[in-house]
Amino acid sequence: MSATATAEQIASAARADAPPAIELAGVNKWFGALHVLRDVNLAVAPGERVVVCGPSGSGKSTMIRCINRLEIHQEGRIAVEGIELTDDVRALDAIRREVGMVFQSFNLFPHLTVLENCTLAPIWVRRTPKKEAEELAMELLARVKIPEQALKYPGQLSGGQQQRVAIARALCMRPKIMLFDEPTSALDPEMIKEVLDVMVELAGTGMTMMVVTHEMGFARQVADRVVFMDQGEVVEVGTPDQVFNAPKTDRLKLFLSQILRGH
Amino acid sequence: MSDTAIPSGPRKPPITAVGPIAWAKTNLFSGWLSTAVTLAMGYLLIKLALSFIDWAFVNAIWSVPSNAQGPQTQACRDLRGAGACWAVIGEKHRFMLFGTYPYEQHWRPALACVLFVVLYIISAIRSFWRWELALVWIGMLTAIGILMWGGVFGLSYVPQERWGGLPITLILATFGLAFAFPLSILVALGRRSSLPAIKVLCVLYVELIRGVPLISLLFMASVMFPLFLPEGMNIDKLLRAQIAIILFAGAYLAEVVRGGLQALPKGQYEAADAMGLSYWQKTGLIILPQALRMVIPPLVNTFIGFFKDTSLVLIIGIFDLLTAGKTAIVEPAWQGFGVEVYVFVGAIYLVFCYAMSKYSRGLEADLNRHRRR
Ligand SMILES: Nc1ncnc2c1ncn2[C@@H]1O[C@H](COP(=O)(O)OP(=O)(O)OP(=O)(O)O)[C@@H](O)[C@H]1O
Ligand SMILES: [Mg+2]
Repeated sequence: MSATATAEQIASAARADAPPAIELAGVNKWFGALHVLRDVNLAVAPGERVVVCGPSGSGKSTMIRCINRLEIHQEGRIAVEGIELTDDVRALDAIRREVGMVFQSFNLFPHLTVLENCTLAPIWVRRTPKKEAEELAMELLARVKIPEQALKYPGQLSGGQQQRVAIARALCMRPKIMLFDEPTSALDPEMIKEVLDVMVELAGTGMTMMVVTHEMGFARQVADRVVFMDQGEVVEVGTPDQVFNAPKTDRLKLFLSQILRGH
Repeated sequence: MSDTAIPSGPRKPPITAVGPIAWAKTNLFSGWLSTAVTLAMGYLLIKLALSFIDWAFVNAIWSVPSNAQGPQTQACRDLRGAGACWAVIGEKHRFMLFGTYPYEQHWRPALACVLFVVLYIISAIRSFWRWELALVWIGMLTAIGILMWGGVFGLSYVPQERWGGLPITLILATFGLAFAFPLSILVALGRRSSLPAIKVLCVLYVELIRGVPLISLLFMASVMFPLFLPEGMNIDKLLRAQIAIILFAGAYLAEVVRGGLQALPKGQYEAADAMGLSYWQKTGLIILPQALRMVIPPLVNTFIGFFKDTSLVLIIGIFDLLTAGKTAIVEPAWQGFGVEVYVFVGAIYLVFCYAMSKYSRGLEADLNRHRRR
């Protein structure tokens, strides 16, 4: 256990030299008069897995959605793979090609089959030949363990299956970074595990991941760092051990006690 | 109620719950009131049907003799409404269908109508829904134009003022909807645009056009519009009416399409954005396919409404099917046989509208297959 921890530390030390996969510096965002992100600073190294947690309304979704510009931040700097997010459409296209996103409510396209959901973006955005895109899609559907559902429509699948399709769909673009916004919150308990298993496996491949979740077991198992947010601020950042076992602030202590009571 | 029943695998439903007799029993004769209503309605229906059959077939006169003074309709008049005088249709159907188009050239508008129907049938087949279909439309519509106008290929020239009847109705409806539908999609998208100028323009268009009756729009097109044109320039009357109809239908359809766009969850837009699809890819591949399927019923409802509304062009002196029908019975010999003519014209409208309605129901079921489990 301690041997792997050291190896892990060496690896993350090596990563520290490379430019960050995601960088947020002094990011501020308002919804009208509501200040939802307050001077957020955070850098995610390539291959790093970051779990974001915090109470409802703390700005977790907003932060993660700013990274691929589903929301637009008003102040500060966000850069992905060294490309800064600005009004420049080409920069945005380049970033969205590299960043996959998985939503709480799956957001599969109900009028397309599972396979078509997976091949749509590679064909239209990456201009991959159809046959190649389908082969890749089948490979990834096999990886999320539902190759036999390829020709069904999303409405014919269970929630857990749909979320695994959504993960495969995002992976079909061969992204360098994957963002997850509460991927298991809309699922029944018996389906949560099948989705988390897929995400744990994905973490094993060295994918850069940023995951908003309250699944503490998952955070402990795969996260390099845990970010705790409250009221639009990043309050604490640390290893899962530091954050969960030795919280420094009262806000985090309160949050953890509520989470534990809730479970 | 009782706990003695032991579940023992699936059973057939009790005899009283299935079959036509059971259906009639539960739906038509479930009590004394329901039985009384059923009997009364049944009596009325049968009586109505019998008297219609008497009028339309048993007592009907199918043809009348003709002499130097024209058709002799005395026999028809002697019926005093007890039977239909279908002779008026036999005598006047060419005029009703093709108006004042030169008589010996009637094969041309007839062929044009056939081409329209062929075009509808081709367009209705889903495996033909490819971009080549646009070429078929252009080819067919050109052919129809050549047939109607002539002046080339040895066809004599027929000015638009002499066109009339069914081809006019089909031209107005087909061009009207073929242009209004894409226009409405653009306007509906424009109303949701993030560019304020486009948004304001689209809102203004919809609100202005919806705020005036079609009749006044047609009047404007025929009387006022030429005043704005430069001296000497003259757009033909049919084209002006056509533009008015396109603009009018476009505004109504745009609101229907917008309803579909609004019903689509925000997550669909976000997922498409997150994948890096461009605006037009997102709109064409994700948004419209879903939004339009949702609004097939109101869309077709509007289509059918406009098919019939083309008959309003009569007020600016264009001879569509209904106007031609009305004009056919102005002749003294045939005065008073309006019912037969309107039944005939109504039947033609009914065939087209019913086909649209029937087709749309099939299409809706087919396209919404993915909603079924
Ligand atoms: N589109 C919006 N317009 C206005 N306010 C918004 C919008 N989206 C979010 N907010 C507000 O911004 C704040 C942060 O929301 P956000 O969704 O980022 O929180 P969260 O941490 O993801 O919460 P949850 O755990 O409930 O998902 C909340 O107060 C929310 O009400
Ligand atoms: Mg959230």
